[in-house]
Amino acid sequence: MKKPAPLDVDAILDDRGTRIIVCCGAGGVGKTTTAAALGLRAAERGRGAVVLTVDPARRLAQSMGLSELDNTPRLVHTAEGGGQLFAMMLDMKRTFDEIIEAHADPERARQILSNPFYQSLSSSFSGTQEYMAMEKLGQLRRSDEWDLIIVDTPPSRSALDFLDAPERLGRFLDGRFIKLLTAPAKAGGRSAFRLLNAGFGLVAGAMTKLLGAQVLKDLQTFVSALDAVFGGFRQRAEMTYRLLQAPGTAFVVVAAPERDAMREASYFVERLAEERMPLAGLVVNRVHFSPAAGISAARSAAAAEDLESKGEHELTAAVLRLHTGRMQLAAREHREQEHFVSAHPTVPVVQVRAMSEDVHDLAGLHQIGELLASGA
Amino acid sequence: MDSRDTDWDGVRLHVVTGKGGTGKTTVAAALALALAAGGRKVLLVEVEGRQGIAQIFDLPPLPYEERKIAVAPDGGDVYALAIDPEEAMLDYMEMFYGMRRAGRALTRMGIVDFATTVAPGFRDVLVTGKTTEAVRRRAKNGKRVYDAVVLDAPPTGRITRFLNVTQEVAGLAKVGPIKNHSDLVSGVVKSPETAVHFVTLLEEMPVQETLDGLAELRSAGLPPGGIFINMVRESLLPQAVLDSAVKGRFDVGELTLGLKAAGLADGADAAAVAESLVGEVVEHARRTQIERAERASLDQADLPRYELPLLADGVDLAGLYELAASIRNQGAA
Repeated sequence: MKKPAPLDVDAILDDRGTRIIVCCGAGGVGKTTTAAALGLRAAERGRGAVVLTVDPARRLAQSMGLSELDNTPRLVHTAEGGGQLFAMMLDMKRTFDEIIEAHADPERARQILSNPFYQSLSSSFSGTQEYMAMEKLGQLRRSDEWDLIIVDTPPSRSALDFLDAPERLGRFLDGRFIKLLTAPAKAGGRSAFRLLNAGFGLVAGAMTKLLGAQVLKDLQTFVSALDAVFGGFRQRAEMTYRLLQAPGTAFVVVAAPERDAMREASYFVERLAEERMPLAGLVVNRVHFSPAAGISAARSAAAAEDLESKGEHELTAAVLRLHTGRMQLAAREHREQEHFVSAHPTVPVVQVRAMSEDVHDLAGLHQIGELLASGA
Repeated sequence: MDSRDTDWDGVRLHVVTGKGGTGKTTVAAALALALAAGGRKVLLVEVEGRQGIAQIFDLPPLPYEERKIAVAPDGGDVYALAIDPEEAMLDYMEMFYGMRRAGRALTRMGIVDFATTVAPGFRDVLVTGKTTEAVRRRAKNGKRVYDAVVLDAPPTGRITRFLNVTQEVAGLAKVGPIKNHSDLVSGVVKSPETAVHFVTLLEEMPVQETLDGLAELRSAGLPPGGIFINMVRESLLPQAVLDSAVKGRFDVGELTLGLKAAGLADGADAAAVAESLVGEVVEHARRTQIERAERASLDQADLPRYELPLLADGVDLAGLYELAASIRNQGAA
């Protein structure tokens, strides 16, 4: 494989101009661990870092001393040089509630918060979590209390969901369907009706049949109440989006050396370029290396077979079989990465070797941080 | 027609879930092949718009249409369907209300955007509704069209919400057509005709998620199936050797002699190569130890377990058939 430029993690962390690092990638590739390890390393290098995570695995959360969703950054560790690591877990419902409370008068806020559709929207996983993660990121950044914010994107169906969520919400809020539902509640709603008249009878009939009258009524109440805070919503989503394009932001794409994860990483890199969002590089987690790489899989297998056929040195033969498997795995992982590197030769890459155990504590995170910085 | 004795006789809907990265789609595909073996007809369904089935079977993206994608050993057929919620809604409206045109109008108005944004419960009902319809569907002769349906479902963290449609929709629609529809879906999903299988690796996080997901599933009254331990590496070394290797003890001298005998290295070089190979052995021993602990944790689940080998060349078509054979040999299909 043509050697990609190494990703210099320390240079990114040491650059005081770096204010936001976004870790993104497919599910199950160690995104949260990478985010936490970057946060700890940043603190060790004198930064004041906060890691914003969404739904971390329990042990990992414990390793950072997080036991509950409380939506407030908690101090995890103060490093020798005075740098600090804070961490928080996103409470998406609370974040959403706060936006409503900030944008609606108390009566309207109460109406919205108690509506069943709002409750479904604010506690559902798809879309809302992504949107609220971005909203929280925007809040933390705008407060200007944080030297460096590291955000771990939600474990979505697609790694791209969090980029699309604000836009999707915006498109939905501006959609004809919403206009149709809010039309009767608005003054001058009649003109809106006329505009949509062609299909309205049909649609209203279908809606009632499909949803039932009560659901339709709840929905209308919800939508017209929410309508009042729409403007604020969109504006915030756009601000956060621009923040992600700003020079102080660095996107770190995280992958594992497997086909799906590498493919997702490729999509992501292309998408970031399209959106003009600043990519720092790719982290490939859980890469297998061999300390005895000098003996190829083929040689190792042949030697094992030779010993087995002679019926001697059983233990050596078994060790060579083990080594053969290891070399085959390494070769396969190499191939999976090769596709990425040839498609994106300019993207800096760092590999982090596979560890036999999951990370449980700060020492483990520290070790991952070292590997991220040294690339092995 | 069932001549084989399997652990899941009578199950028609096999739901396959697992943590991201555990190979859920691969196992679902292999299970579909295994169930189809011997002249049966199986539908493999995907719901997340990832086109994972097409990738695994090396096919162009699948349309919203049941189409034959593979032939199983001894002549069964695997059909596949990638469910698109929008199309599922049109189907639903046509099937139950004969309103395809109104459905199109709703689609143009962005109701699907709406459903994915505001009420994912609605979206899930459409998707599970389409799946259970395939399970219930009967041919003119009264026999079921599919002997089994395999659903490549959302990951473990979302599976209970996804299947527990009645609960999810109840907050939104207490009465009315959606409620009725979700009750119908629920009738299938909670019946003994359904089994929810978990795919895991012998690693800490996937095992923990499996146990958490299972507890959630059980408390929602959904029927658990089996646990598929994926990517199992065979242990090549005797347990006694592994046990001492974990403690850092290994007979380097014997290994050095072996390497010399195999002509891989000689002199001082052989000792150096042996040392580096010991590093590999110790790591392998640690991993094996962790795997043993994770297997023990899985005992809590008290479910049938199946182990699928790690495929040295990655997942390709030949690999899928190998996994399918393994699934059959272990009695899961």
